Amino acid sequence: MTSQTLKRDVAKKTIYEVNSLNLWYGNTHALKDLNFAIEENEVTAIIGPSGCGKSTFIKTLNRMIEIIPEVRTTGEILYNERNIFDSGFGVEELRTKVGMVFQKPNPFPKSIFENVVYGPKIHGIRNKKKLMEIAETSLRDAALWDEVKDRLNSNAYGLSGGQQQRLCIARALAMEPEVLLMDEPTSALDPIATSKIEELVMELKKNYTIVIVTHSMQQAARISDQTAFFLMGELIEFDKTKVIFTAPRDKRTEDYITGRFG
Amino acid sequence: MSYDVIQKKGNAHFNTLSHKRRMRLRIILDKFAKLLFIASTLFALMVLGILIYRISTQSVGWLNLKFLKNNLSIFPEKAGIYGPIVGSLWLMTIVAPVTVVLGVATAIYLEEYSTKGRLHSFIKTNISNLAGVPSVIFGLLGLTVFGRLLKFGSSILAGGLTMSLLVLPIVIVASQEALKAVPGFLRDASYALGATKWTTIRTVVLPTALPGIMTGSILALSRAIGETAPLVVLGIPTLILRIPNGVMSDFTALPIQIYYWTLDSVLKPEYANLAAATIIVLLFMLFMMNSIAIIIRNKYKKRY
Repeated sequence: MTSQTLKRDVAKKTIYEVNSLNLWYGNTHALKDLNFAIEENEVTAIIGPSGCGKSTFIKTLNRMIEIIPEVRTTGEILYNERNIFDSGFGVEELRTKVGMVFQKPNPFPKSIFENVVYGPKIHGIRNKKKLMEIAETSLRDAALWDEVKDRLNSNAYGLSGGQQQRLCIARALAMEPEVLLMDEPTSALDPIATSKIEELVMELKKNYTIVIVTHSMQQAARISDQTAFFLMGELIEFDKTKVIFTAPRDKRTEDYITGRFG
Repeated sequence: MSYDVIQKKGNAHFNTLSHKRRMRLRIILDKFAKLLFIASTLFALMVLGILIYRISTQSVGWLNLKFLKNNLSIFPEKAGIYGPIVGSLWLMTIVAPVTVVLGVATAIYLEEYSTKGRLHSFIKTNISNLAGVPSVIFGLLGLTVFGRLLKFGSSILAGGLTMSLLVLPIVIVASQEALKAVPGFLRDASYALGATKWTTIRTVVLPTALPGIMTGSILALSRAIGETAPLVVLGIPTLILRIPNGVMSDFTALPIQIYYWTLDSVLKPEYANLAAATIIVLLFMLFMMNSIAIIIRNKYKKRY
C-alpha cells in the first residue's frame, strides 16, 4: 500500500493516515491491519459487501464506533498528524472537525433552523444574527435553501427523505468541518434524491475532504477520486477510482466489481 | 371460482369432515372469546357506574358553592371542604417538584450513565419492588423519618415528603421508559456534532422524552392526591379549622376527609352525604389531571 501512497500527488495534504489499524467487537476481529491515507479535497469511496467492515471503519474515523461497548482498537489513525486515539485529543474536538452523515436521515425533532444551528449553538454561538447567517450558508451549501427558506421554523420531519438527508448534511456543514464522513447516505433514498446528493458531493469536494461508504458501485465510480475495496475486514485494494474500476490488480476486486459476488 | 372448486383444488388434508368440524368449533370459540371480553369490560364499567350513581344521588343538594367555600364544621349543614382542598393543593406543591426532580434525575442516571451490570439491575428491581409496597408502609416510614426523627410532625412537609416517596418509583419507571424510547440515531446525530453526553441529554434526549415524563409524572401526582393511608398513619388530625398557610402548617386533605366522614356517618348520617360530595370533587380533580396527561400524550405524538 505504501508504494501507492507515495506515487500520488505529493502536493496534496494528507488528512488521514491509517497505520496498522485493528478493531475488535469483543472477540470478533472486524478490521484487520488497515494501512492507507486519505488526502485533502478528494472523495474517497469505500466499497465492499455487507459486513466487510466499511461502516465500522468510517465510524472509527470520528470515533463514533466507541459508542458501542466492547470495542477495542490497536494501531493509530493520524488526523493532521495527530493520533485520534491519544488521550490529549478530545473526542468532541475531533468530531467538530470531522462531520458525519448517517445511513438513515436523522434530523432532530426540532425546527429546520434549530437542526442546522444545533452544532454552532452547543459550541457557544448565541448571537441570533450570526446563527441565521450560518443557517443560510449551510443550507445553501447543502442545496436546500430554496426549498426551505420560507419554512425554517417548521418541523424537520415534515420534509421528504431526500430533503431530510440534505438537512443532515447542512447540519454537519454548519460546524465548518474539514472532513465529511458519509455512511451510505443515499441507501434510504429514491433515485432522484440520490442523484441530488451525488451532485452535492461533487460540489462539496471543492471545500471538504469526503469519505463515503457506499453499496452502489456505480455511485463510487461516479463520484469518487479514490476507491478502497474492503473484504472481511481487510483492505484488499486502494487506488484511483478509475484504476479500481478498469484495471483492478486483485482478482477479488475484479470479482466484486463485475458482480460475481456480494 | 366458487368456494367448492377452491376447496377441491386445495390440499385434501384440509377438506376432511373432521377438519370442517374443527373449523366450526373454532368459529364458535372465537365468538365466545369476544363475548367474554366484552362482558369483562362491561362488568368493570358497571361497578364504576353504580359507584358514580350512588355518590351522585347522595351528594345531591350537598355539593354546591357553599360546600366548596366553607371550612370544616361538626355541623353538616355548615360544613365545607375549602380547608381540605387547600391542603391537597399544598401537598401537591411539595410532591410535584420533589418527585419530578428526584425521579427524572434517578431515571437519567439509570438509563444514561450507569453501566448496565449487576448493580444496575439490582437497583432497577428494587425500584420496581418499591412501586408495589403498600402505601401504609410508606406512611410508617414517613412517620418514623419525617414525623418523628426530623420533627416535621403531621405538617404539610411531612405529608408531602411521604407522598413523594410513595409515588417516586412510578415517576422513575415512567421516565426510564420515556428515555429508553428516545431513538439511538438522535443521540448519534448529537454526538457526531461534537456534543458531550450531558449536552446531548439536555438538548436532545430530555426534550424528546419530555411528553412521556410529563404524562408519567401527572399520573403519579393523581395517585398521590388520592392516597389516604400514609396520611392516616402520619396522624393527620380529624378536624382542622385553620386553613393551612405554609409547609409547616397542620393540614387535612380530600381523601382523609372522605375517610373520616365515612367513619363518622354512624354518628350523623349526613356525614355520608358530605363524604359523597367530597368524592365527587376528588374524582373531578383526578379526571382533570388524567385528561391533561392524555392531552399531552396525544399532542406530542412521536414525529420521528
